[in-house]
Amino acid sequence: MSRLFRTATSPHVTTSNSVTRVMMTVFLALIPGIATYVWLFGWGVVINILFAILVALVCEGGMLWLRKRPLKPFLSDGSAVVTATLLALTIPPLSPWWITLIGVGFAIIVGKHLYGGLGYNPFNPAMLGYVLLLVSFPREMTSWLPVITFSQHPLDFTQSLSYILGGHLPPGLTIDALSEATPLDSLKNNLRQGNTIAEIRAQLGLDDATSRMLSIIPIFGNFGGKGWEWVNFAYLLGGLFLIWRRIIGWQIPVAMLASLAGMSLIFYGVNGNAYVSPMFHLFAGATMLGAFFIATDPVTAATSVQGRLVYGAGIGILVYIIRVWGGYPDAVAFSVLLMNMTVPLIDARFKPRVFGHLK
Amino acid sequence: MADFRAITRQGLWANNPALVQILGMCPLLAVTTTVVNGLGLGLATMVTLVLSNGTVSIIRDWLKPEIRIPVFVMVIAAIVTAIELAMNAYVHDLYLALGIFIPLIVTNCSIIARAEAFASKNALLPSMLDGFMMGLGFTLVLVVLGSMREILGQGTWMADAHILFGEAARSWKVTVIDDYKGFLLAILPPGAFIGLGVLIAIKNVIDARGAKAVRQMPEPIVAGAEAEARA
Repeated sequence: MSRLFRTATSPHVTTSNSVTRVMMTVFLALIPGIATYVWLFGWGVVINILFAILVALVCEGGMLWLRKRPLKPFLSDGSAVVTATLLALTIPPLSPWWITLIGVGFAIIVGKHLYGGLGYNPFNPAMLGYVLLLVSFPREMTSWLPVITFSQHPLDFTQSLSYILGGHLPPGLTIDALSEATPLDSLKNNLRQGNTIAEIRAQLGLDDATSRMLSIIPIFGNFGGKGWEWVNFAYLLGGLFLIWRRIIGWQIPVAMLASLAGMSLIFYGVNGNAYVSPMFHLFAGATMLGAFFIATDPVTAATSVQGRLVYGAGIGILVYIIRVWGGYPDAVAFSVLLMNMTVPLIDARFKPRVFGHLK
Repeated sequence: MADFRAITRQGLWANNPALVQILGMCPLLAVTTTVVNGLGLGLATMVTLVLSNGTVSIIRDWLKPEIRIPVFVMVIAAIVTAIELAMNAYVHDLYLALGIFIPLIVTNCSIIARAEAFASKNALLPSMLDGFMMGLGFTLVLVVLGSMREILGQGTWMADAHILFGEAARSWKVTVIDDYKGFLLAILPPGAFIGLGVLIAIKNVIDARGAKAVRQMPEPIVAGAEAEARA
């Protein structure tokens, strides 16, 4: 064939998009969030991520070998690395190594490969792994750390490594002494005890110096959950970068954040003493990580523009419902998995109009 | 004359109620948190199957086809009620542990399926054997699944055996993994679904291997000789 007629049919304009490039951009966009997370919560995060990536690559390679698929293209596409990183970001910074091993192993082997590998999994693998861990090991999965400046005994890199890999803490310390409830968890417990938001804010929203003097772990920061507001902010920046690079569409994050903010605004407006402000919901827990990095997974999310709006809004509403009235303090993983289930229905209902056909 | 070996093979492997027919899932998934619970419910189901298949087989010639299903259900319900009362009397702790799942044996599809598919067309002895083998196949799956979930979930095997076998069995408990923190997922409902999926997958792999081995066997010489003789 002559060079002249090489592009006979559309599309005529192509980009250099590939799975590897998408995954690497996602990873790049996670870096501000990871850096903030490490800065505020210590080195355990990095150790978890590196170990999770190692486990993911071993599991991925093993499953590809068992399924008689070529190793190199799938191992180097970066999808396992991103799954492992996302999962590692959702578990407490000081999690024993077997938590990461079981979670990532389940995510890759059951969540991804048993369904047919990348592109065939109906559920977000990282969230499957997280939910498995959360329902199986409630104690380990709720041992969160306070912001490092409020910690009585902040651990350095080698101490974190020694706990994660060997279970050894410096003498005189236990994981129970180190860990603290997250802002969302603490808020939920306080509300359950019948305290009003104003009372909680008076006690747990003090400035840093006073809190430290009274050895209180504050839960209210400048605009969101203490510490978590900055982690969420960094994820938001990374997410905006992804939208700008056209790696993800704006519909899912916008719909999810808008519905979460809308729900919380309604209840905050009705009774500001029993329901916390929208800003707290947006900048606490896994909101931003979920909105930009987890709900937007191209495999498990809805595909059409309208469908994505519905899908994102569903996640936001579910997150609010479970956070406020459910048993768990945060709910991004459950909401994403529940909405993953509805994706075939959403995709069938909101089909884009085919060019040339009337509605 | 029914082939007893074929009935046995059907019940235990080829047409296993749990692994192939996927019937009776409700009790299968709900009570297999421990071996003893699984075994208890499996035995109760097995006894029900033998008695209901036997009864249905005896009355099969008098049944009008239009009303056969209500009759089957009444027969099964009567038998299950008797078994429930007996369990309440003799293995009361197990009765409490299994709770609603004993009366629910009435609705276990595998029982009415055997009444409809086998007992209503066959003589008494093959029907009872079919009930026994189907029940045994069901029980084996319950025990294997119960073992998987109990070992993974709490690190023990045959815990609380005394509720089925009496006080002497209290010491039968085997601690498989010392100082085990527990893996709640295995005890929770998802563990049952995943465990059953794994069992079905293992069975399918074994069947596929078997089919492959048969295909690869050289043609029997007898067949060639017969073919020549016929030609």
